[in-house]
Amino acid sequence: MTWSEMQPLLEQACWDTLYMVGWSTLIAVVGGLPLGILLVLTDRGGLLQNLAANKVIGQIVNIARSLPFIILMVALMSFTRWITGTTIGREAAIVPLAVGAIPFFARLVETAVREVDHGLVEAVQAMGGNTWTIVRKVLVPESLPSLISSTTTTVVALIGYSAMAGTVGAGGLGDIAIRYGYQRFETGLMWITVAILAVVISLIQFAGDYAARSLHRRGAHSGPAPRLRLLKAAS
Amino acid sequence: MITTTDLTKVYRARGREVTALDGVDLHVREGEVYGVIGQSGAGKSSLIRCVNLLERPTSGTVSVDGQDLTALAGRGPRAGKELRRARSRIGMVFQHFNLLSSRTVQDNVELPLEILGKTGKERSRKALELLDLVGLADQAKAYPAQLSGGQKQRVGIARALAGDPKVLLSDEATSALDPETTRSILALLRDLNRQLGLTVLLITHEMDVVKSVCDSAALMENGRIVESGTVSDLLATPGSELAAALFPLDGEASGADRTVVDVTFQGESATQPVISQLARTYNIDISILGAAIDTVGGLQVGRMRIELPGRYEDNVVPIGFLREKGLQIDVPGHESALVKEGAK
Repeated sequence: MTWSEMQPLLEQACWDTLYMVGWSTLIAVVGGLPLGILLVLTDRGGLLQNLAANKVIGQIVNIARSLPFIILMVALMSFTRWITGTTIGREAAIVPLAVGAIPFFARLVETAVREVDHGLVEAVQAMGGNTWTIVRKVLVPESLPSLISSTTTTVVALIGYSAMAGTVGAGGLGDIAIRYGYQRFETGLMWITVAILAVVISLIQFAGDYAARSLHRRGAHSGPAPRLRLLKAAS
Repeated sequence: MITTTDLTKVYRARGREVTALDGVDLHVREGEVYGVIGQSGAGKSSLIRCVNLLERPTSGTVSVDGQDLTALAGRGPRAGKELRRARSRIGMVFQHFNLLSSRTVQDNVELPLEILGKTGKERSRKALELLDLVGLADQAKAYPAQLSGGQKQRVGIARALAGDPKVLLSDEATSALDPETTRSILALLRDLNRQLGLTVLLITHEMDVVKSVCDSAALMENGRIVESGTVSDLLATPGSELAAALFPLDGEASGADRTVVDVTFQGESATQPVISQLARTYNIDISILGAAIDTVGGLQVGRMRIELPGRYEDNVVPIGFLREKGLQIDVPGHESALVKEGAK
């Protein structure tokens, strides 16, 4: 296989992967963020304590998380058809990808939001803030660096899942690697896709880490020689 | 300004019951700085958190500025609109400052104003004004992590004042600060109390805090208030634990046939040369075991522990002489006898 033959294949595959991962990440964040916050709020001692609801949500999340992606994809076929009108192609792959990623992201959100100091919640309660205010002004902004890291983790996981989307004809880099690289013994093409995946994932991880760190830094370790500042303690 | 009536708080966890507050009656008058002191576990934290109903009392009522907050609370665990509005008129500062690390100093101070629905312009004007008041005008754009502990607490105080509260609750506000910073924060609270007529309820485990800023104080033990009153009343109460703790005196009797007497001077009596008068009148030798003069709650107070020769029974007359001079006399180990005498 020559490069001129590979190039259009790879280009299309990149776009397919980007398309699937992009949309499913968006849906996962939109769905998983409130779900994760709800898991914290409804838990014992939470602002909206409701142990029954917490159990139900928790169980659904656990079940969805324990299913291997390829099985989830098959199990969701009728649901996928209901949503997109088909079970084949990029659009059809987005449905199981998103459904698989929502509980994954929700658990990460739960962990991140639980880390927020309860004193901050109390401070806003003492100011007269309601639960919605606390979610908007405290829980989300204070856990933002962790939420960004969680999103990065989710994107990377979704790129992994999307390799399996080839089985429903959705294309993507993983699909190319399997169909051409493995089944047709095009080892060169396989290594190129592996390299592209490695680069893409590194870039995403780097960008995510950078964003999380720069947000975190303004909070925690900013300014020159903080120790010296403490010693001076101008107040 | 703040009144609690028969306030009780019982925590139930895994079948065990812990009584944190056991019938607390607290009365804080308008414009005063009121200190509640006690060891950890005494229930003072529960008490202050019950005042703005961050903690629901099991029974009893809380009213702040004439408004019965317990009646506003409703039945559910969440705070209704009325209670939230009432809370916005009560400022609160915390031991660990509880500033949002994701916001700048100015944005932290603006937060309560956002909750009150003020416009952006009003918010920044008010926030800068408050930062100026607490002496942090130049740090408006800094993040909390860039500030020292004392500066953070100043931001906490500015934030607590954003809603123009009449009452400020201070939950161990200086306990995480070093002594010098503690003094400057207490001085700030004192200034705000005077300038704005702010009523301050503070809880602390440090006697120095009560000594330097409080007009009134209460001592808590095992969920009850065991002593309370204005600082000068407490100092004038024979055998008051709080007074003794505010003004500790050391020194043991040098022998069994000697009597230790604690003398407390307040106001005018402090200027009289009573000890030398005592020595001359009764021709006795007096040793001074310990003495101090200090300002407590803005009052000049002196305390002295002296030793008289002879047993307590031999010294009834000199002690009577001191009492006649308008001094407050405590004889350690003879409190019951004294109280009886005082009642005559």
